[in-house]
Amino acid sequence: MTVTASAPPPSSRRVRPLRVLLHVFLTLVALGWLLPLALAVYASLRPYDETARLGYFSLPERLTLDYYTQAWSQAELPRYYLNTLIIVIPGVVLTLLLASFTAFAIARLRIPGRRTLLIVFTAGNLLPPQVLITPLYTVYTMVPLPAWLSDSMSLYDSYLGLILVHVAFQFGFCVFVMANFMRTIPEEINEAALVDGAGVWKRYWRLTMPLCRPVLAALGTLQFTWMYNDFLWALVLMSSGDKLPVTSALNNLRGQFFTDYNLLAAGSMLVALPTLIVFQLLHKQFVAGLTLGSTKG
Amino acid sequence: MAAKTRRYSARDMAVLVIGLGVAIVVNVGVIWGPALASIGLSGTDWSGIGPIEWVGGQNYHDLAAEYPPFWSAVRNNVLWLGFLALVATPFGLFCAVLLDRRLRMSRFYQSALYMPVVLSLAVVGFIAQLVYSSDYGVLNSVTGLSVDWLGDSSINIWVVMVAAAWRHVGYVMVIYLAGLKAVDPALKEAAAIDGASERQAFFRVVFPTLRPVNVIVLVITVIEALRAFDIVYAINRGRNGLELLSVLVTENIVGEASRIGFGSAIAVILLAISVGFIATYLSQMFREER
Repeated sequence: MTVTASAPPPSSRRVRPLRVLLHVFLTLVALGWLLPLALAVYASLRPYDETARLGYFSLPERLTLDYYTQAWSQAELPRYYLNTLIIVIPGVVLTLLLASFTAFAIARLRIPGRRTLLIVFTAGNLLPPQVLITPLYTVYTMVPLPAWLSDSMSLYDSYLGLILVHVAFQFGFCVFVMANFMRTIPEEINEAALVDGAGVWKRYWRLTMPLCRPVLAALGTLQFTWMYNDFLWALVLMSSGDKLPVTSALNNLRGQFFTDYNLLAAGSMLVALPTLIVFQLLHKQFVAGLTLGSTKG
Repeated sequence: MAAKTRRYSARDMAVLVIGLGVAIVVNVGVIWGPALASIGLSGTDWSGIGPIEWVGGQNYHDLAAEYPPFWSAVRNNVLWLGFLALVATPFGLFCAVLLDRRLRMSRFYQSALYMPVVLSLAVVGFIAQLVYSSDYGVLNSVTGLSVDWLGDSSINIWVVMVAAAWRHVGYVMVIYLAGLKAVDPALKEAAAIDGASERQAFFRVVFPTLRPVNVIVLVITVIEALRAFDIVYAINRGRNGLELLSVLVTENIVGEASRIGFGSAIAVILLAISVGFIATYLSQMFREER
């Protein structure tokens, strides 16, 4: 890829050569961007002894799905997918519920201190996790939980603990985005409801939430991806290997002394697959979610 | 307005207090409380168990004077930030500018560029190993070199930053593209009528109107650089040339020796840097609102 290949060419329709150059450049960049992913797929389909002999950049002698079966059954990936779902589904739902109500209170009800609240919540989401991880880890080990909630008897090493940290951390971003969105809903709807004597809950749940479907879809898609991709929280706040979510469990495919990178590639692809599928299906929501937080929209 | 003068019923008050109460308790209990506790703990030599002893600024002194990984981590974080801000971000902007016009296949180009954004950074770390592996990685196969890209502590940070940039470019591109689409087309037309070249029109007319987006992208870049963790941890647990502040904090709790006080001191340094940028970001965000 040559970054210097072209200055922004004029869009004038008469100058075709520049148009062609633009396409050539963009195609090269796009292919370059897809290459690492394609390579990982390719590596995952080839036996280890073959790539060890010929290198990853070589023509295949044999293609096999063995590594996928191996990662699926030997590394017990289905169990880790289940762990992820146990954490991510309540995580996304609770985040959206809590954030939408908070956003509603901030944007639609003139509660005192709403600006401060919004600033504090948004800022909290921007902190690097490591800033709070040490005390959080300590607190988690000290909070007792009944055995039916957590078999470790504490918030540390429990699904509940991970859900809680995801909700708390993603909450600020969602409040910010939803408060901005709710401000764009015409005030008249609220006032009509007020005249009818509707209470706070009814105005939130029956009147505002249905209008927020697009933003809920966008945030839901984004939050699913973020929580699914989490690696750090599970690493620090979980200790039992069998409770890890799938992204963190990927590390288990690495051997103590020897790592079969082809197996790791297959595992990586299996882990990446759900997010890639979500991205393909909910492309619009994903991009909307990313840009909602950054541009007012 | 009507809402201002209206009194809430007892039921409304209960709903509000419970809803907002849960939000505030969770936010303070899990985010701000621990973040502030880091500051307190950084003045102690606590190991997680036993009595807590106050040692004042000792941890900070040890950090700067007797802990070599600290300075390599600082250096790497600065490099990381510089690389994302000076290479990846401008390239993302450049791609957004190119894509902000009616193009055939535009959708394909965009998808390809932000495909990595949906991937976990841990997965990016694993993919990087396939590319950079010294014995049979692609990079060595193609170039005919036999460089230990990830093992050589003088170069590994650079190639890892390239992998991180792979993901960052798409992110920046999406945000700029949305920003560019929001620019009034009449502005560009007016510039064109006045005889400005496209390059002039961009730098003199369009770019200045992107100021709010620029601030956001800058902050995202800084935050990403400070948060960088998964990718180096997936590669070699952030050792041997890949030290980062975030890794040092984590290593001091999950590592062999649990040094809560010492780890907290590193966290406080991260906190101090990030709070400065967060304040900039928020003042930008909320200034617009008025």
